[in-house]
Amino acid sequence: MLVQGIKSRPVYTGLAIDRHAQQHLFALEGEGALAFADALAQADRKFLATAEILYVPAGSRAARHDLGLSAAGPLDLWTAPTVPVLLNRLRVTLQTAAMGTRLYIAGTEGFIGEAMQVALDAGIDFNSILTEHRGSSARRVQCVHCKGITEEVITSPFTCSHCGLPLLVRDHYSRRLGAFQGVNVDAEEPGSAPRPEVMFP
Amino acid sequence: MNIAFNDETFRDDFTFRNSPQAIRRFPFPFHEDSYMYAVNMEPHVPLARDSAYGTLIDVDEHYVAEMRDRALVLKEDPLRYQALPHMMTAQWDTLELLMEQQAAGYPELFTLTRDGDRWHWINRPLNIDQRFTFGDAATLPCEPLEYITRQAQGDFCIVDQRDGNLWMDAGMVTTQADWSLDFDIGMNFMEWHGPVPLAHQIGVFDRALKFLLNLQQGRPVRRLNWTMTINARLDTSPENYHKWGPDRATVTPENVGNKVHLRCELQSLWRLPRSNGILFVIRCFLIKMEELVTVPKWARRFHRVLRDLPPELADYKGLTRYRPTTVAWLAKYDDGAPTSPGFFPD
Repeated sequence: MLVQGIKSRPVYTGLAIDRHAQQHLFALEGEGALAFADALAQADRKFLATAEILYVPAGSRAARHDLGLSAAGPLDLWTAPTVPVLLNRLRVTLQTAAMGTRLYIAGTEGFIGEAMQVALDAGIDFNSILTEHRGSSARRVQCVHCKGITEEVITSPFTCSHCGLPLLVRDHYSRRLGAFQGVNVDAEEPGSAPRPEVMFP
Repeated sequence: MNIAFNDETFRDDFTFRNSPQAIRRFPFPFHEDSYMYAVNMEPHVPLARDSAYGTLIDVDEHYVAEMRDRALVLKEDPLRYQALPHMMTAQWDTLELLMEQQAAGYPELFTLTRDGDRWHWINRPLNIDQRFTFGDAATLPCEPLEYITRQAQGDFCIVDQRDGNLWMDAGMVTTQADWSLDFDIGMNFMEWHGPVPLAHQIGVFDRALKFLLNLQQGRPVRRLNWTMTINARLDTSPENYHKWGPDRATVTPENVGNKVHLRCELQSLWRLPRSNGILFVIRCFLIKMEELVTVPKWARRFHRVLRDLPPELADYKGLTRYRPTTVAWLAKYDDGAPTSPGFFPD
């Protein structure tokens, strides 16, 4: 039922340290910390002297990934209590970022989408941002009907948290909204919506 | 050329209809008895004056009613018109292009007078008389793209060209075949065509993009696309899918002729002079099955096309639910005789 292979679906190619960057800015969520650790293992550690990490533990707080980040010894590590707080800090940091700053984003797809929006607003070309998907594959979905965004969607169909319509989650993705598209699944025969299936655990 | 404008609706009581002349000039989209995606682009040059290709920006008997319907859509959902901030030059390019084309094609309906950057626009069918300064958005009641596309039939997208790609960065989209400008704005050519099945695999979009990146100013191109619509509804947007979707379950053998419509998009693409963007015009024409079969060649051919359409395409176009009923109805008008090549009636 899910339409697969749509070209607007983002591709997350993974974190790899850019040797030519003057400064390295990381926005990491949850298990995104492990993407940092893997990139670190492959890189010359010199970049750590100009690396700033913004981290939010989110769902993996118990795993204490922040300890690993701290042990790596970056120039700066800042831990946010929630995602919106991290995004605010990212916005401010990008406002004063110097030329030659490389942005890396890792975590759930919803987090990557939201952090990417902040970066696009700051005028960064999305092609220049390194991303890696870690953790749950839950999606942020925009209801095409009422335009409300529902976070952490793990099933399709799901019930729009704003207008209540049962929505099919399409693979069609908008970078501007940082969200997938949700379309009413039983429009042609109201009441015929199939049972929700876990598609994005 | 005098046009008698229909007083008709595209919602609620659906009083839309085509006159016999409008049927003859319908841009029937099949040049042979089968259909598959292709980069079917050709120079956008005028053909016979009594066809939909008579002028490069067509105005027909539905003009006034379509503009009324657009205003209703925008009132309900202003997000159907959007333009990213860097598109202002392209907006003026578009206003100029549409005013020039309408005034040249229909001098009895539209008049454009220019004195340097002081312009005077008269639109008689809509009773508009506007003086403004070209390039100064404050002299118009709304942004230039919104202003002129409230006075021109069809949907309009402006794409920006950069990084070897095309970006959907502005548009007026109220008569669309189930795609959302609000969702797609800011996407590149491959991304906004993402949901289309089969065509990516056969390289259609790679070739089309390469072709469009080289589009020349003064040499617009066109192509036809098609789908089907139940009831004469122009606004078949995803935004309102939960409102029009149920219509698809209402087709019966008795009502096919009046309820089922072939929907043809005459798409034209124009390089814009100042911004180097491309204006993408998607002009929608509707024809009822009972109107279509008054042209015997089209009746035979559309029966065969619809009957033999690949299932993925039928699904993507949303025809699956009512295709069998419609094919059975059309079969009565297909005696198996061969059809002549080309789009036009015999």
